[in-house]
Amino acid sequence: MKQFLTFVKKEFLHVLRDKKTLFILFGMPIVQILIFGFALTNEVKNSNIVVVDYAKDIASQEIISKIDASRYFEITKSLAGSATLEAAFKTGEIKMAIVFPEGFNNQLLHENKAQIQVIADASDPNTATTLTNYVSSIINDYQAQLNETNPVPYQIKPEVKMLYNPQLKGAPNFVPGVMALILMLVCVMMTAISIVKEKEMGTMEILLVSPFKPIMIILSKAVPYLLLSMVNVITILLLSVFVLDLPIAGSILLLFAESTLFIITCLTLGIFISIKTDSMQTAMLISLLGMLLPTLLFSGFMFPIENMPLPLQWFSNIVPSKWYYIIVKNVMIKGLGFSYVWKETLILFGITIFLLIISLRSFKIRLA
Amino acid sequence: MSKKVISCKGLTKRFGDFTAVDSITFDVDKGEIFGFLGANGAGKTTAMRMLCGLSNPTSGEATIAGFDVYKETEKIKKSIGYMSQKFSLYDDLTVQENITFFAGIYGLSDKAIKENSAALLKQLGMEDQANKRVGSLPLGWKQKLAFSTAIIHKPEIVFLDEPTGGVDPVTRRQFWDLIYEASGNGITIFVTTHYMDEAEYCNRVSIMVDGRVEALDTPTNLKKQFGLATMDEVFYHLAREAKRGE
Amino acid sequence: MRIIKFLFIKEFKQIFRNRAILAVIMVMPVIQLIILPLAANFEIKNINLAVVDNDRSDYSRDLINQVIASGYFKLRSYNDSYKQAFIQIEDDNADLILEIPRGFEQDLIRENKQQLFIGVNAINGTKAGLGAGYINQIIQEYNNGLRNKLNVADSFNAIPVIEITTSNWYNPHLNYRLFMVPGILAILVTLVGGFLSALNIVKEKEAGTIEQINVSPVKKYHFILGKLIPFWILGNVVFTLGLLVGWVFYGIIPLGNIFVLYAFVCVYLLAILGFGLLISTICDTQQQAMLIMFFFVMIFVLMGGLFTPIDSMPDWAKTASKFNPISYFIDVMRMVIIKGSGFKDISKHILIILGFAIVLNTAAVINYRKTS
Repeated sequence: MKQFLTFVKKEFLHVLRDKKTLFILFGMPIVQILIFGFALTNEVKNSNIVVVDYAKDIASQEIISKIDASRYFEITKSLAGSATLEAAFKTGEIKMAIVFPEGFNNQLLHENKAQIQVIADASDPNTATTLTNYVSSIINDYQAQLNETNPVPYQIKPEVKMLYNPQLKGAPNFVPGVMALILMLVCVMMTAISIVKEKEMGTMEILLVSPFKPIMIILSKAVPYLLLSMVNVITILLLSVFVLDLPIAGSILLLFAESTLFIITCLTLGIFISIKTDSMQTAMLISLLGMLLPTLLFSGFMFPIENMPLPLQWFSNIVPSKWYYIIVKNVMIKGLGFSYVWKETLILFGITIFLLIISLRSFKIRLA
Repeated sequence: MSKKVISCKGLTKRFGDFTAVDSITFDVDKGEIFGFLGANGAGKTTAMRMLCGLSNPTSGEATIAGFDVYKETEKIKKSIGYMSQKFSLYDDLTVQENITFFAGIYGLSDKAIKENSAALLKQLGMEDQANKRVGSLPLGWKQKLAFSTAIIHKPEIVFLDEPTGGVDPVTRRQFWDLIYEASGNGITIFVTTHYMDEAEYCNRVSIMVDGRVEALDTPTNLKKQFGLATMDEVFYHLAREAKRGE
Repeated sequence: MRIIKFLFIKEFKQIFRNRAILAVIMVMPVIQLIILPLAANFEIKNINLAVVDNDRSDYSRDLINQVIASGYFKLRSYNDSYKQAFIQIEDDNADLILEIPRGFEQDLIRENKQQLFIGVNAINGTKAGLGAGYINQIIQEYNNGLRNKLNVADSFNAIPVIEITTSNWYNPHLNYRLFMVPGILAILVTLVGGFLSALNIVKEKEAGTIEQINVSPVKKYHFILGKLIPFWILGNVVFTLGLLVGWVFYGIIPLGNIFVLYAFVCVYLLAILGFGLLISTICDTQQQAMLIMFFFVMIFVLMGGLFTPIDSMPDWAKTASKFNPISYFIDVMRMVIIKGSGFKDISKHILIILGFAIVLNTAAVINYRKTS
């Protein structure tokens, strides 16, 4: 045990000496949380639009001022004709154009029917759809206002409630994702690199001829990163509670237990990579391209998994971070208990055991 | 009196409070083999880096091949060759490609590159290995190749920083043959080493202790001066008084 | 000039000799460009629907059918109560609950008014926003249809109606891949250029070969240029490969002039390579360079407007993204490829990137010290 602690201490010194790396390891979660929490929202707002008003009458002016008042839109300018419209779209100045035909109010009053043309820059399809929806609802409101005295018959009014995240903030979706991402980065990449580094420098030989059991050497390398990752989990949670106003809805204890399990999964993955590779560059490339990218793509926090082609959906099932992401989302955001996440926990556990067994196997083969 | 190619006077380098090189003064003549000795940490490498224009002196003056180390570093670089203790040819390029590259960046013409590299390969007996990757050669071959490459542009002076570290005695002997040959062609050799038998091969030797040059003369005169039988004993006699550790 | 030629040949030989690196440069981006757009699909379809139909009338059934027929929703379960449906949300079996109250049909006819309740799992804001938008629209349509059916056309027409006609320019079928492929290509070109150049000088530092260069007459700008030009050519090759993949696999042909794209890419690569070289001059080991590059690239990518629109960001983030070279590249790619913007439309972007290139490369040359 004392020997083991000596090794762990040595590993800690390695980690703490490299200031630049350490700075990145601790700075990364903070920066990510701040970016995801504040800068990235899925909500579309402040979009630059242009109004082409051929009518210039009461009705068109009223609708325009309603649109202007909405926080979703910024009317940049009023164009005289549609000739310059194309140019404005091409420089990216505007996202949408709203065109009122001549005699808009007249048509509305006398023919009881008038048209508004909405042109969206659909090069970004989701923004286009969302903006069109916003405009429709503003115009519908205006219409309802017109008809106040004479209510429309048979009116169905949907009442919409946004669960868990009424303001449609980005944080509830991203915080669990960032946790998965950071733990993956620190545990897998750093563990793999630190072990392979000893191989490359030849210091591994020295350790292997020492009376200490080889497996203990490997384990002692994992300990600093286990603790480092715990610190990162705590930092992320503190930031999300106190800075992002995203409280932990479920049990903190459960969240910690699950996080520890995921950290251990990642560490075994890192150890496995380090046993299989001989150069730092390879270890780095495998962990960056082979681990981080799948985490970003297949854990489901960036892109909905159900939209992917089936083979990719199957593939997502072997990505550990997908299960961790579901667990964190359920416990932290939805406030659910263990009975809702036992299945995911079991899967993570299974992956860990599997990785541990094959790592031990190949480690023994290497030594023999 | 022959022409001086290296001349320094009171050359000093300080890092904060620490004086790595403390006012060293000496001259090296053209075609001389000059041994630059000292224990680890005595300041050899720092002094050498200043002479090569890799590091700016804190004070003192020095000229290399007649050029000033403060103002004319780029001119110095054209007239010197350098080979460091850390082997530094490109492992992933072939022998011929390395030679062509280094000859090229020293501004040799295509014709000169062709002629010089053919002569170099012949001299080393490496014609068959010309298209092999440098990474696949044994260390001894690499060192000899690195030396020959360092003087491919026929510099006035070549600086060798522990060139024979980790090399077997036979190869070391061959390496010194190359050095003698270069010296015979008028190239001045400035070499650091830890092997005292190599020190005996030098025309003159300086021994640095704690950043200062403590002794400077021919090996024969040095042994006489201290009344000792071998250079090994001379070196030990001076170096044990060092205050700086490793 | 002659010196640069030799540096240049050497660099190319080294790159082509290392199979692993070559594979990473050439094959990885192609594979990623084929797979990523399939995975990175934010087209909102297949929203899982849990229905609580307390009325079980013809009207409620019609409404549900109309919702399903829209193609946006997938009916996952019928539930007896809202509570039961909510469990479906907790289990991630449903994204949206549609609750139809008891007496829906009767009250609608009798009282002219009826309420529906919709609950959306809003953890993913985009999905929630669009889902709610879609279902509102469908209910509106159903409502209009119902009015016509109930023969209230006369009285209905007495009320002024504003019709909205929508046209989606540049991407009428709202093809999400058309949006993503140019953006992803921009990121891949950045990654290849950035990492290659960031690791390169550090590699020479680690191998000790940089010392050998430092004592030679090679000047600082020679050395930096000797590194820059080969990577610049490679970057253009990768970009060309990417355009081909976009055409072969996704049928995307730039609407605008392809030379406008290349003009921008040529300048952009200078900027991103300069950034990589700058990092390379600061770091001592490849591990450090890799981590630092990763750190910046990650921030650049996330804030670059690939996934979330920059317009929606808070002001400080909008200001920050003005210093993000990737955001200009993604913007230009989408403008030229999807909208067919011309040289005049992107001239501001090019000028800004040119500024980046000058500043970053000057910094790299200054920071690369031959003497200490």
